[in-house]
Amino acid sequence: MRRVAITGLGVISALGANRAQHFAALREGRCGVGEIDILDVERLSVTIGAAVKNFRAEDHFTRSELALYDRTTQFALLAAREAVENAGLEIDAALGLRAGVAMGTALTGMETIDANYRAVFQEGKNRVHPFVVPRLMTNAGASHISMAHGLKGPGWTVTTACSSSNHAIGQAFQMIRGGGADVMLAGGAEAPLVFGVIKAWEGLRVLSRDGCRPFCATRNGLVQGEGAAVLVLEEFERARARGARIWGEIVGFGMTADATDIVQPNADGAARAIRAALADAQVAPEDVGYINAHGTATAANDRTECAAIRMAFGAAADGVSVSSTKSMHGHCIGGAGAIEMAAVLLALDEGVIAPTIGYTTPDPDCDLNITPNTARERRVDVALSNSFAFGGLNAVLAVRRV
Amino acid sequence: MTDDVARKIIAIIAEQAMLEPHEVARDASPADLGLDSLGLVEIVFAIEEAFNISVPFNANEPSASDFDISSVDKIIAAVRRLIAEQA
Repeated sequence: MRRVAITGLGVISALGANRAQHFAALREGRCGVGEIDILDVERLSVTIGAAVKNFRAEDHFTRSELALYDRTTQFALLAAREAVENAGLEIDAALGLRAGVAMGTALTGMETIDANYRAVFQEGKNRVHPFVVPRLMTNAGASHISMAHGLKGPGWTVTTACSSSNHAIGQAFQMIRGGGADVMLAGGAEAPLVFGVIKAWEGLRVLSRDGCRPFCATRNGLVQGEGAAVLVLEEFERARARGARIWGEIVGFGMTADATDIVQPNADGAARAIRAALADAQVAPEDVGYINAHGTATAANDRTECAAIRMAFGAAADGVSVSSTKSMHGHCIGGAGAIEMAAVLLALDEGVIAPTIGYTTPDPDCDLNITPNTARERRVDVALSNSFAFGGLNAVLAVRRV
Repeated sequence: MTDDVARKIIAIIAEQAMLEPHEVARDASPADLGLDSLGLVEIVFAIEEAFNISVPFNANEPSASDFDISSVDKIIAAVRRLIAEQA
C-alpha cells in the first residue's frame, strides 16, 4: 500500500497568524482565550472565546473576493496558502489532475448567516446580497482552495461536528493510500464566534465563562475558538523523490460511531477508534509517545476520554504523554483536529509536548500524564490525535516521525 | 441625460467593473466592461438597494427578463421606468 507523508502545514488561530507564531505559543504555553468583541456581546452570558487577533480580511483579499468569502473561507484559504508554500509544492497542470482537497467544517458560514438573518429578521430588510448562498455554503472553503491552487482531483467537505477535520484528514490519507490522488490538501476551518452560535451554545450549558481547563478538577466547560489549519499530504515516494521536508508520516486512521447518544460521549466508542487507528498503523500502545487529546474541558468528555485511553492502552496509558491544546487555542469545532495536528507535528519534529495550561487541581478521573501548564521535552516516535464529536462520531489519527 | 439616477447607476457599474465612472461608456454592454454574470447580479442588487426598487432579473435567462441590460443606457432607462412604476 502507498505511504502518505505530511510535507506542509499552515495554521491560523488565536495563537497566531501563521505556523511559526502558533508553534511559539504552543511551546510557551500561551493562552489565546480572551473577551470577545462581537455585535450584541452585551446580550450574551458567555463573553470569552479564542478569537484570531488583529485579523483584517482586507489585508489579504480583494473587495470582490471578500464578497464571496465568509470568515471561515478566509481562514481556510490563508492556511492552505501557507501549507502549499511550506511544502514547496509546484502544482502544475499534470499534478493538478492528481491533487485534491478535503476540509472539515462543522457549522457553515455562520458570519454570513448571522449578518443576513439580522438584516431580514431584525432590521426588516427584504433583500440580501446576491452571494449569500455561495458565501455561506459549508463546502465554500474546499471549493475556493481548489480554485486557488488548481486542484482538479477529488474535492469535498466533511461535517461531523467536532471531529470534522480529523475525518477529512483521515479520508484524504486513505485517498492517497488507495491511489485516488497523489497530493491532498486536508484540514479544517471554523469561524463560530458570532452572536447566534454562541447564544445556541449557551443554551446547551457546556460553555465556560472563565476559561478552558481540560482534565482539571475545576474545569467547567469548553471555550469556543476559531481558525483553520491545512496539511499538505503527499504520496511518500513522490515527496522523498523531490526532496521535500517531511514533517511526519500518517500511518493510521480509525473511525467509529458510539451509536449511543447525541451528546453524551461513550468510552467504548472512543476506545474502539483509538484501537482502530493503532491497528491500522500496526503500532503497539507502548510505541506511542504523545496523544493530543480531544480534551474539551467538559466534565463528561475529559472523564470519558481518559477512560477510553486506559481501555485502549492498558498499562501503557501511564507511559504516554497526553495534552489538550484546546486550553490555549480553544475548541475550534470543525477545525479542531486540523489545528491540533500542529501540536502533533511539534511533538514529532521537535520533541516538544505542548502543555495543557490552566491546570490547578488533579481530578482522580483524569489521572493520566496530561502535561500540566508547561511544555516538556520528549522524543516521540508515534503520536495520536483524538477527535470525538457530538453525535458520537469518532476519528483518531496516528502519525509517525520519519 | 446625466442626472442623479444616471450618476448613481454609473457609479455602481464602475465600482463593480473596477473602472472610473468616466470610463463607463453609455453604449457599452456589460461584457464590454468586463462584467461577468456574478458581477451583473451584484449590480442589480446594488441598484435595488440604491433606489429601493425591485428589479425583475433572472440570472438564468438575462435576456428574457423584463429588464434590458444590453447597455449602460438601457439599464438607466429600465431603472427610470421601475422607479416611476414602483413610486
